[in-house]
Amino acid sequence: MVEYITRRLGLMVPTAFLVTVAVFLLIHLTPGDPATVILAESYTPEAGAKIHQDLGLDKPLPQQYLLYVGRLFHGDLGRSVRNKLPVTQAIGERLSATLELGFAALIWSLLIAIPLGTIAALRRGRALDVVASGLTVAGISVPNFVLGILLILFFGLLLRVLPVGGFVALGESVPDNLSRLIMPAIALGTFGTASNMRFTRSSMIEVLNQDYIRTARAKGAGWWQVVNRHALKNALIPVVTIVGLQVGAILEGALVTETVFGWPGVGKLAVESIFSKDFPVVQGIVLLSALSFMFANLVVDLVYAWLDPRISYS
Amino acid sequence: MSTAAPAYTAGEEQVVAIEERQPAGLRQLVFDHPRILIGLLLLLVLVFVALLAPWISPHNPLAVNPDDARLSPGAGHVMGTDELGRDVLSRVMWGGRISLPVAFVAVGVGLTVGSLIGLTAGYRAGVTDLLLMRLIDAILAFPALILAIALVAALGPSLRNAMIAIGIVQIPVYARLTRAQVLQLKSLDFVTAARALGASPVRIIARHMLPNLLNPLIVQVSLSAAFAMLAEATLSFLGLSAPPPTPDWGFMINTGQSFLINGDWWMTVGPGAAICVAVFGFNWLGDALRDALDPRLRR
Repeated sequence: MVEYITRRLGLMVPTAFLVTVAVFLLIHLTPGDPATVILAESYTPEAGAKIHQDLGLDKPLPQQYLLYVGRLFHGDLGRSVRNKLPVTQAIGERLSATLELGFAALIWSLLIAIPLGTIAALRRGRALDVVASGLTVAGISVPNFVLGILLILFFGLLLRVLPVGGFVALGESVPDNLSRLIMPAIALGTFGTASNMRFTRSSMIEVLNQDYIRTARAKGAGWWQVVNRHALKNALIPVVTIVGLQVGAILEGALVTETVFGWPGVGKLAVESIFSKDFPVVQGIVLLSALSFMFANLVVDLVYAWLDPRISYS
Repeated sequence: MSTAAPAYTAGEEQVVAIEERQPAGLRQLVFDHPRILIGLLLLLVLVFVALLAPWISPHNPLAVNPDDARLSPGAGHVMGTDELGRDVLSRVMWGGRISLPVAFVAVGVGLTVGSLIGLTAGYRAGVTDLLLMRLIDAILAFPALILAIALVAALGPSLRNAMIAIGIVQIPVYARLTRAQVLQLKSLDFVTAARALGASPVRIIARHMLPNLLNPLIVQVSLSAAFAMLAEATLSFLGLSAPPPTPDWGFMINTGQSFLINGDWWMTVGPGAAICVAVFGFNWLGDALRDALDPRLRR
């Protein structure tokens, strides 16, 4: 196991290197001079030179990269072009909103996915299973912004039971915070719900076919007891992996969901920064999302090995 | 969609068992698996509507008519009109002419580059494999949609850049799928026999490996077309794809969103439904094809 962890970490080094190179090069992909893009109409040679200096663009490319990585090791992601705030601070201020949304979305997805997936597996091939399978394909086919808008239309504007957007801090008012959280959480979590349910179903079917389940049934245990006591724990192992990856990629869905609902998280910050050409912030968020995705992958692999002793990683 | 790790990448690198059998004819395949037919029909309808849009759309999708702005669905305009008085139905019909080609080109890029990388890595092994796969790992280290958005943000928003970006993020799936299959195929007797008979690598790959790679690739193409549609819709919703006034489903929703508060639901529901149907069609077809072509699921 120790050897596996070491090897797994070792493989992450070249990947992390390439990731920083890619993120670093992002600004250089811009056709022409980034300074003219950032400044747009307000471009003057002096202002351009200032931007070059601020972003370090006046130095040779390899030196720029080394400086970039050197700063990264000190936790310095640069400063926002827009408001001169350190990028880490800009992201940090928005992080809690995104985490809250992501956590709620995850709970929504698991609350629906695990029971439905289990029931579908138990009633394999029957009407309920067919309906559930159809729903999962539908669930992964509705973009979260479309679902978000449908929710706004139905619950916000037609029934008028939920506020259509905005954000109230948890510390200010818990009910106001939660009522604004429900719709974005469902919009963000539904994609995960569908794929989690699919995984629960297929992995549950596999477990239910095992001998020890048959033995438990032969000894007179009811389905409920068999599922609860014997099957569920093993069936959820693959689900853990997919959930872990979803957690790592939370920013991806948050980007659009937060924009639709005006939820002031990192995703919305990313979109705002893209449109104001705030490259340091965009780079910071892309790097953060890649690192958290890589980290989630690592944790998932380790948890997987720990949960299922049959898997050997020699 | 937390397009959180798109569902199909989850089981990536699953090696499909190779079995000896006569390839079933298309008719037999569809006959045995009616779900394939449903998916195909759905997609054919979309493709035909998009192809025939210039002839069958009731109005000019670009014709601005301020007098008819924001009409609710009715006799003259089945899906109503948008804020500039353009016919929503016509724009939805024309929208397919943007989204579908983007998906096809992006999948084409991913498939071509990805499977070439996978073939090379799997066949050559050694250092080539190591280097190529680290490159793939680096692409995979980014959540797919974030990478696509970042690339378009840097390259500048345009339809062409959206295609390139969505294509690039599709490369890893194909590379890993192809590599895993090639590694398995390489050790099989018929490949060893071909090599012993002096067949060149190109011949071995083209004549003996590719036919065995087709099934998993076909399934993947359908599933990643669904992802490409979703990604294009997201990019254009964010305003990072085709510029206005191009009728583009995602961007139509973007503009329609501001009029929701007035109760003008039809500007967003039409294009939203179109996106869902298209993505659903590809996902459904991919799912049905996997059931039909993946021997592990044939019980």
